[in-house]
Amino acid sequence: MKNPFSKKHKGPKKPLTVEQKISRRNFISFGTFIVAGSVAYGGWKWLYNSPEEARTVTAGARAPLRRALNKTELAFRRVFSNNNLVKTYPKEMAAKNVRHNSDIGSEGKINVNAWKLQVKKHTGEVLQISLDDIKALPKTDIVYDFKCVEGWDQISHWGGVKFSDFISHFKLDAETQLQYVGLATPDKEYYVGIDMPSAMHPQTLLAYEVNEKPLPPNHGAPLRLIIPVKYGIKNLKRIGSMSFSDNRPPDYWAEQGYDYYSGL
Amino acid sequence: MKVIKEKHPLAMRWTHWVNFPILTIMIWSGMLIYWANDEYKITLFGYTFFSFFPDWFYNALRIPHRLSEGMAFHFLFMWFFTLNGILYILYTIISGEWHELVPQKKSFKEAWLVLLHDLHIRKMAPPQNKYNAAQRIAYTAIIMMGIGSVITGLAIYKPVQFYYLTWLCGGYHFARILHFALTIGYVLFFVIHVVQVILAGWNNFRSVISGFEVVNEEPKPIIETTPPSDEKPIQ
Repeated sequence: MKNPFSKKHKGPKKPLTVEQKISRRNFISFGTFIVAGSVAYGGWKWLYNSPEEARTVTAGARAPLRRALNKTELAFRRVFSNNNLVKTYPKEMAAKNVRHNSDIGSEGKINVNAWKLQVKKHTGEVLQISLDDIKALPKTDIVYDFKCVEGWDQISHWGGVKFSDFISHFKLDAETQLQYVGLATPDKEYYVGIDMPSAMHPQTLLAYEVNEKPLPPNHGAPLRLIIPVKYGIKNLKRIGSMSFSDNRPPDYWAEQGYDYYSGL
Repeated sequence: MKVIKEKHPLAMRWTHWVNFPILTIMIWSGMLIYWANDEYKITLFGYTFFSFFPDWFYNALRIPHRLSEGMAFHFLFMWFFTLNGILYILYTIISGEWHELVPQKKSFKEAWLVLLHDLHIRKMAPPQNKYNAAQRIAYTAIIMMGIGSVITGLAIYKPVQFYYLTWLCGGYHFARILHFALTIGYVLFFVIHVVQVILAGWNNFRSVISGFEVVNEEPKPIIETTPPSDEKPIQ
């Protein structure tokens, strides 16, 4: 069948000369290179100048990058296992001067005797738990390499109650069916949200000791979170309240452009 | 007579040029992260020769106070960097191109001669195929460094979940040092690479975009001379 649109060739097609082949291939390859390069540059410009995410429980990041952080969290959580433990060290290796980075929500001193941990159950009931109630539970020590999102790490020694022990002792098992734990300082200046598997990780502590002594104010007296599977930003000092939710609780650093999960 | 000589396959050219901007973004976002705890220096006998990095450098590149931004970029582009690297390595293995790339036994000795030649100390360079001995070592090393960056990167990114990688890298603290050192290695590679490409000239550079080189070949004589026979004459 003849194609009416095809051009009529006069005789057999002439083979291209070497020069023609060279310029044809140069044209195609450099053309592709320039077009692909421009598209890539445009894509970068778009990403770099993309608007900041709408302020929800997270804020401060470029919208597409926040989507990527959340998607990356989901991808990794699919393969993560709570059986993977943080490496521990002999207590002689623990730093004597434990590094202190920030006092947001835990400035000044606190009256430890008047302090109560408020645990808000999803039924609306609020438990008021004193430090003595917590200290009455079996104590767990951990010496591990504390990791800051800034990039430094330090082996430090903490003592307290396993989060999972705390949950079962105060009969909060029903709350652990929810997906997140929210913690906040008494003044609500600093707050974190933790996914339930990380909170229930066997090495997560509600700590009241550092180097076998009661926590000093700058390390979060009287009770702080030590969660070795997270960066330091999630290790809330001076816990005032605890709540449970299926939605992500507010998180101080996730509102400043950091990854919500921040897991290690 | 000009002849087209095929040099770089399409897959190699694509992965090479895709890698270039991705690695640039990874290094830049890595510096945004590193700034937050910029503790590395070169110190010998108590004297600090260089601190990574001086303030003028940070300020010129607008690096300070952008940690969260750096992490967000780094943890997106890491996927592309890794994927592109996997594609390149798979292609190199499956196509058999690795024969041209991986150093041979003689490469380590020859690389020295190549260096002397490139520095104009020695006149002759050893014979080579696609890549000379020094290139084989350098290009294989850069791929190993890429693998190293992914491994050390994962070791500091998820040290609990990938604890075996962290162990392999000598612990969290040392893995971060390695990750940083590899990046410095890329920059040194880049400088030498660019200088060499400029010295090698246009024909060589074009081959990484268009895939071929143009070489001059002696025209073959029309009348074939009878080649000397290898066979023993029949007695």
